[in-house]
Amino acid sequence: MAGQTLFDKIWDRHVVSDMGDGYALLHVSRHLMHDGGSEAFKALKQRGLPVRNPDLTFATFDHVISTLPGRTAETNPALTQRLYSMRVDAKAAGVRLFDLGEPGQGIVHVIGPELGLTLPGTLLVCGDSHTCTHGGMGALAFGIGSSEVVHVLATQTIVQRRPGKMRATFEGKRPVGVTPKDMILHLIGVIGAAGGTGYAMEYAGSAIRDLDIEGRLTICNLSIELGAKCGMIAPDETTFAHLKDRLYAPKGDAWEAAVADWRTLPSDPDAVFDREVAIDVADIAPQITWGTSPEHVVGVDARIPDPMTVGDADRRTALQAALEYMGLEGGKPIAGTPVDWVFIGSCTNSRISDLRAAAAIAKGRQVASTVRAWVVPGSENVKRQAEAEGLDQVFKQAGFEWREPGCSMCLAMNNETVPPGQRSVSTSNRNFVGRQGPGARTHLASPPMAAAAALAGHIVDVRTL
Amino acid sequence: MKAFTVLEGPAAPLLRPNINTDIIIRIERLRDFSGDKLGPYCFESWRYKRDGTEDPAFVLNKPPYREARIMLGGENFACGSSREAAVWALQAFGIRCVIAPSFGDIFYSNCFQNGVLPVVLPAKTVEALAAEVEATQGKGKIKIDLERCIVTSPSGKESSFTLDAMLREAMLKGADQIDLTRAREPQIAAFQDRDRQRFPWLYTAGTSSA
Repeated sequence: MAGQTLFDKIWDRHVVSDMGDGYALLHVSRHLMHDGGSEAFKALKQRGLPVRNPDLTFATFDHVISTLPGRTAETNPALTQRLYSMRVDAKAAGVRLFDLGEPGQGIVHVIGPELGLTLPGTLLVCGDSHTCTHGGMGALAFGIGSSEVVHVLATQTIVQRRPGKMRATFEGKRPVGVTPKDMILHLIGVIGAAGGTGYAMEYAGSAIRDLDIEGRLTICNLSIELGAKCGMIAPDETTFAHLKDRLYAPKGDAWEAAVADWRTLPSDPDAVFDREVAIDVADIAPQITWGTSPEHVVGVDARIPDPMTVGDADRRTALQAALEYMGLEGGKPIAGTPVDWVFIGSCTNSRISDLRAAAAIAKGRQVASTVRAWVVPGSENVKRQAEAEGLDQVFKQAGFEWREPGCSMCLAMNNETVPPGQRSVSTSNRNFVGRQGPGARTHLASPPMAAAAALAGHIVDVRTL
Repeated sequence: MKAFTVLEGPAAPLLRPNINTDIIIRIERLRDFSGDKLGPYCFESWRYKRDGTEDPAFVLNKPPYREARIMLGGENFACGSSREAAVWALQAFGIRCVIAPSFGDIFYSNCFQNGVLPVVLPAKTVEALAAEVEATQGKGKIKIDLERCIVTSPSGKESSFTLDAMLREAMLKGADQIDLTRAREPQIAAFQDRDRQRFPWLYTAGTSSA
């Protein structure tokens, strides 16, 4: 019998009951909530049900809060009531809520790994599609819909169909200027936005092992942009070193027992995957998207694809529509495209290593006069760490705006938007039509590439700065 | 949840690949309106021009498709964000079934929470259905029979589809998943007892930090 994968091992230990046909009722070891959660509490109340395991749910504010410096719950008056309700509901249910200004507040996919809430071997869910991020810790983590959030609150379980298994192996040494964001954008470009549909993805290979935890979280974060159910990286010494002494990580004897268990999780050498893809990291250039799907991506030194060279009619129409929306012409180089906005932040790229990498580019330089550039740290702790290192000063002196932690302009749910028709280089995860505001044009890139675009005033190869 | 047995109606073809849930419903609409009020905002980025008037070229603005009950979609339909409001917006517009070669995973699950049926058929079959519908200027109706798992084209061609038995049964009955799971409460409690023994550190997060 073939060995088991990381995914198999974690799935199997969470099966409450086999429902046949590949379906299982799975136990949820960690449930995270954001500020959209008050509706779920309301729905639960309407059913007259309590939160079954409030000690296994943790909440924070990220999606709708303002990131204006000095912000409070009242900064966006139209959204204030939602925050108030969440405070009342979480308290009544006994759910720990990390509130504004408190260490622990931040983007839900930043704080889980940061606080040690996300542990290897756990099954973690959240009503947000980028929950796959937590797989970078060796967890089985995926996003769920709002009805399913109510289901988890009521039962601490989730019904799931076992997906197929896919492995992406990254080998080789990352060239200078190429970040984890470039690795995963490149993979999406190779296999497409539906390339992982129906699969649980595992990222493996020497170039993955070499990454720190934050780089692994960035890789796993974009799993949903491949259509994958989840993305996972086997826990190892890097994972354990990251977790040790974190606020909510096990301590003492429990820590020793946990690490001993986590060492058993990596895929067995003879484990079989349904689909395999191999990527040579040495081939990757800094990536930039040109269209309205993350699969619309090229190396920054390449040209925008010409739709006329595409045979399939539906695909050609989609490419043409994307170029029209983006105000770009096929066949032209992507570098040199003028930029109006730069956004450094989001659950993809707002951790301390991201900010350090962007600051290293910005240091001693100036944001172009035609560009408005924001840096939005991923959490209160990231913000404080960055300020202790003086990164906020580096950014401010270069002409970037330094803001409070939250999701901000990644999904533009809090009224922080890129104006219609304007072009943004963003470290976030989706370049969808209207994602950063109606009519906004988004180019996804790494933090150094975004910082470089802010300085140059146009899309530029960070390696040439 | 509303039961789904048989549905017959106009079908709007929108075969572009990778249509995402941000396109189906914008984030500020689901923030500002309840699910049943989202119909006018369904696909708004494509349905309306910058000045707010309807774009007559967009499929859902053309007469027979304004009453669409079914949508014919492309590969990876409704990928991206987990927002369940994508299902609510389609539903509020009048759509109760989407036929596509593949779906975004979270959207697919969300459909079953709301009585909207996602049907997977090969791309060629979906294209053939779209071609038939377009040949009738949208007047030809498509029929979905969930009892028999059959889609019937305007000209009467039948295509069978497969759906996992558990999902099919829940749709036919309009069953509520929370009620179904709560009936398994003794198993959940027994699982947690075992899990606490095996992995005690998973249950101490709330207390170990303070």
